Amino acid sequence: MTNKKQTLTAWLCLLPAIIFLGIFLVYPMIDVFIYSFEEGYNFASQSYFGLGSYNYSYVLHDPYFIQALKNTFIIVLITVPLSTGIALIISLALSSITKLRELFQTIFFLPYVTNTLAVGLVFMILFQKTAYTDGMVNVLINLFGGESIDFIDGPYPAKMFVMCFYTIWVVLPFKILILTSNLASVDPIYYKAAQIDATPKWRVFFKITLPMISPMIFYLAITGFIGAFKAYSDEVALFGTDLNAAGMNTIVGYIYDMLYGNSGGYPSYASAAAIILFAIVFTITVINLLVSEKTVYYQ
Amino acid sequence: MKIVLENLTKKFPNRDKKMKEDVIAVNSFSHEITDGKLIGLLGPSGCGKSTVLNLISGLEKPTSGKIFFGDDDVTNLPPENRGVGLVFQNYALYPHLNVMENIRFPLENLRGKDKLTKDQMEVKVLETAKLVQIEGLLDRKPGEMSGGQQQRVAIARALVKKPRVLLLDEPLSNLDARLRLQTREELKRIQLETGITTLFVTHDQEEAMSICDSIVVMKEGRIMQHGAPQEVYDHPQNLFVAKFLGTPQINVFKGQIRDGGLFIGKDRVMDVNATAANGANDNRVQKEENIDRVQKKENSIRIQNKENEKTVARDVYVAVRPEGFVAVSDTDLKDILHCDFMKMEVMGRDTSIICTHEAFEGTVIRAIVPSESRPQFIGGEVCFKLKPSKVHVFDAETEEVL
Repeated sequence: MTNKKQTLTAWLCLLPAIIFLGIFLVYPMIDVFIYSFEEGYNFASQSYFGLGSYNYSYVLHDPYFIQALKNTFIIVLITVPLSTGIALIISLALSSITKLRELFQTIFFLPYVTNTLAVGLVFMILFQKTAYTDGMVNVLINLFGGESIDFIDGPYPAKMFVMCFYTIWVVLPFKILILTSNLASVDPIYYKAAQIDATPKWRVFFKITLPMISPMIFYLAITGFIGAFKAYSDEVALFGTDLNAAGMNTIVGYIYDMLYGNSGGYPSYASAAAIILFAIVFTITVINLLVSEKTVYYQ
Repeated sequence: MKIVLENLTKKFPNRDKKMKEDVIAVNSFSHEITDGKLIGLLGPSGCGKSTVLNLISGLEKPTSGKIFFGDDDVTNLPPENRGVGLVFQNYALYPHLNVMENIRFPLENLRGKDKLTKDQMEVKVLETAKLVQIEGLLDRKPGEMSGGQQQRVAIARALVKKPRVLLLDEPLSNLDARLRLQTREELKRIQLETGITTLFVTHDQEEAMSICDSIVVMKEGRIMQHGAPQEVYDHPQNLFVAKFLGTPQINVFKGQIRDGGLFIGKDRVMDVNATAANGANDNRVQKEENIDRVQKKENSIRIQNKENEKTVARDVYVAVRPEGFVAVSDTDLKDILHCDFMKMEVMGRDTSIICTHEAFEGTVIRAIVPSESRPQFIGGEVCFKLKPSKVHVFDAETEEVL
């Protein structure tokens, strides 16, 4: 077969994938990018006044967006390292026990198959404080002599605490699952070699275990960052749909509101916010990759 | 450091949970390893040799029995306190560390009075790297090296902390044939230079015989025989050892002792001088006499015959080393083994004559004769005289040497 023919075959094979990706991924992305520069876009007449960067300047000066940006960053910076760390500790504990290990593994994985909104409802009940009744958490706080706090409708730090607690709880099972299987895949011969050489436990962990599972930790960090930046449904589950009023909106929540919320009907602002989010996630991922080159060991 | 193993037994719970019986990997194993020697632990796979190594290293705890390093009882000491160096079969080098870091790893674990400064470590690492001749590869990662180089790094890592005992688990099995030859010489050199008592496990008898001061042949968790390689080869105590040592394998025939002669099938191959049991050492001396007798054109083998049953025929196994056959063209001679000729393989210095015999245990007999004395065959029969020193007679039931 000639080279030309081969190339043709290759393109033909790729065609279905190219068509689908083109229609559902590339075209919308370009479209969003164009939308974000169309000023004064009108949904009904599908017309706009002109092109420019006004949409960006509006979004960046919108206090709701600033709040959403702040919330998102707090959630990302707290939940990603904490959830990964906790998952690692739990996985290490799981892989060092032999009895009841499978039972615990199942229990830790349960939240993953549970619906987010249902879990949110349970969290709301656990943390709430109303005129008539206190949630379980407040009962506990009272028991230790503290004052009831309204975690759902009260001060910002309390709400943020519940938010992070909830996010960590939701993402933990998947990370535990991945890390336990990854820990099990480290060849025990390395531990034997380390034992023969009288290596202290902490050193075995930092010098052998951690480097060996570093690609998976890195994978979890990247997907964790991306996932947390795109958080929205978790916030709705806890604080309802009017996130701006609760002061707990996220960037994705802001985009949604701009499109469909009470203040909806502004696809240009939504597109600008989406592009800003994309830029942030992209930057963070690039930074992650640069850091990983020095710290992650690939076999 | 002298190593003494006393009645060492290791049982593992049976994999098959329905079977209550434990698997006995090592069965009352007693042996003393002389200080500064290179010892080969030899046996087929599954004979428990690696378990013995793991017991000495402390990675496994014995079910019963004791282990001494010199005068110290180390039976209950965890591996980290035993001061052993262990080279694993697949080397177990830390893949994310380079050669330098790998070799330095055991040194960095030293605490208290043994703690070394960075410079001291550097000196030791370089010294050891030089010993195993990898000083040019210190920056490489294990994945960037050949099997032989990784092997050297593994040995260096085991040696750098100056272990009391060096243990090697099938150290050459992952290397190609040429490298294996080279590396085993290297092992011998390193062992001689360091003088560390070294125990190495192998299933390759040639490997063990070529470099070891002494070998221990194991089967099903028990010692079958131990001693200097040549000694074990020349005087196997039982059929298993005879078959296990030597390539090509020893040729085993079903035979009989009757009327003062040794018979293979219908052929009377030599005289038998039965003597009352005197003990193993005596037997050895007598065999050496046998060699003299061959030179005097006498053809007989001496065996110990406890029951002195001269008149009753006794079933035996007759094992003949490939080099124990002397091809003769005169078929009318006395004491001749008649075989059916199949083919001849010329290998330069030697020639293999491949033939069969009705009493042979196995498929084909392989006799190795010097090429210059290779007879020319016309017919389908080949005749051999047997060298008494290369013939071993074992009891048909116990498979012990007679």
